[in-house]
Amino acid sequence: MKRIADLVAEHPIFADLDDADRELIAGCGRNVTFKPGELLTREGAAANEFFAIRKGKVSIGTHVPHLGDAVIETLDAGDVVGWSWLFPPYRTHFDARAIVATHTIAFDGACLRTKCESDPAFGYKLIKRFAAVMMDRMQATRLQLLDMYGNWR
Amino acid sequence: METGANPNPMLPKFLRVVKRHRELPDTWTLDFDPVGGFPFLPGQFNMMYAFGIGEVPVSISGDPARPETLVHTIRAVGKVTEALCAAGPGTEVGIRGPYGTAWPVVEAEGGDLLIIAGGIGLAPIRPALYHIFANRSKYGRVSILIGGRSPEVLLYPAEVRQWRGRFDVEVEVTVDTSNQAWRGNVGVVTSLVRRASFDPAVTTAFVCGPEVMFRYATIELTKAGISPNRTFVSMERNMKCAIGLCGHCQYGPDFVCKDGPVFAFDKIERLFRIREV
Repeated sequence: MKRIADLVAEHPIFADLDDADRELIAGCGRNVTFKPGELLTREGAAANEFFAIRKGKVSIGTHVPHLGDAVIETLDAGDVVGWSWLFPPYRTHFDARAIVATHTIAFDGACLRTKCESDPAFGYKLIKRFAAVMMDRMQATRLQLLDMYGNWR
Repeated sequence: METGANPNPMLPKFLRVVKRHRELPDTWTLDFDPVGGFPFLPGQFNMMYAFGIGEVPVSISGDPARPETLVHTIRAVGKVTEALCAAGPGTEVGIRGPYGTAWPVVEAEGGDLLIIAGGIGLAPIRPALYHIFANRSKYGRVSILIGGRSPEVLLYPAEVRQWRGRFDVEVEVTVDTSNQAWRGNVGVVTSLVRRASFDPAVTTAFVCGPEVMFRYATIELTKAGISPNRTFVSMERNMKCAIGLCGHCQYGPDFVCKDGPVFAFDKIERLFRIREV
């Protein structure tokens, strides 16, 4: 049976960290699976965790009054769900819902924050990875905002 | 492959619409059955003349192995395309062509293929897909990434479903916006590149869609290790003569109608970063 540290090593966001860093991270992680339709996070709830998707598909969305649930993006194996655990007031901004059966490593945000504070070098490495994810998502969102297919003439 | 080049390139053939099919609220497919067929290469375009209104370039979107039927998918975005989209069976349309360069489907044989199509950009690349499917054993892994505005306005949905059912190609579809009823991907098409299976050292990429999309697609492809000289894009400009004389579609030292519309990205990369060229 694989240890959490083995699963951490397999995930792209942690791929190039050394074994000691992975062990630190794995100490805050646990294996969690979600059924189709199940929520990983709910908008407005405490952001106690983030999730590294090992297998499956997750939608990130919000409820729009009179229109229903809008999906902003979908995430797959190799992606991470959630960064609100990093910043006060540690509240989730969007719903994250499993579209299919989804296997994740769930990480305790407070546990990781404590490790980042006590070992700034480790914290920097971790935050750099999350910053890269945020940059990718922001750039993708900017492209979505362009409505490029609608405006193509 | 031989194409049906007209001896006088400015003289249209007069063809009647035999079938008209609504793809989307603003997009229609017209079929013609030209006498003697209409050979063309995947990626080429025709000039289509709506009599009394005007002439526009439209990519050929049918099967190059079935030259007996000429197929054009047209999005109504102006007076001429609106008239063409309204042309029912029996309506005569002036057509001259085929013009321009083709997707290098033969040169890409032996390697992997990564095809990115956004919005109506699926129409100009569909002939290449037909060719690839018909010659599937000549290629390695084939990944097709399709982007659209929303699930309701995806082009050729029935055909895309068929392609997704094949075991020998990887087809991923993503939309910019959706609700929970859509169980597919949501996000920009460029985000699918890193999920696709290919060996960048032997991969040829074809990119077709809005120019802003392939600006970002080419960045992702370069990041993924696909060389710009094996990345091909289909450019769109305001073509008039379609034979490289009038200069309307000049793109740096090239004419999109004659030297394109399909360009190797390394050839135009420098111009690509210059605004308003």
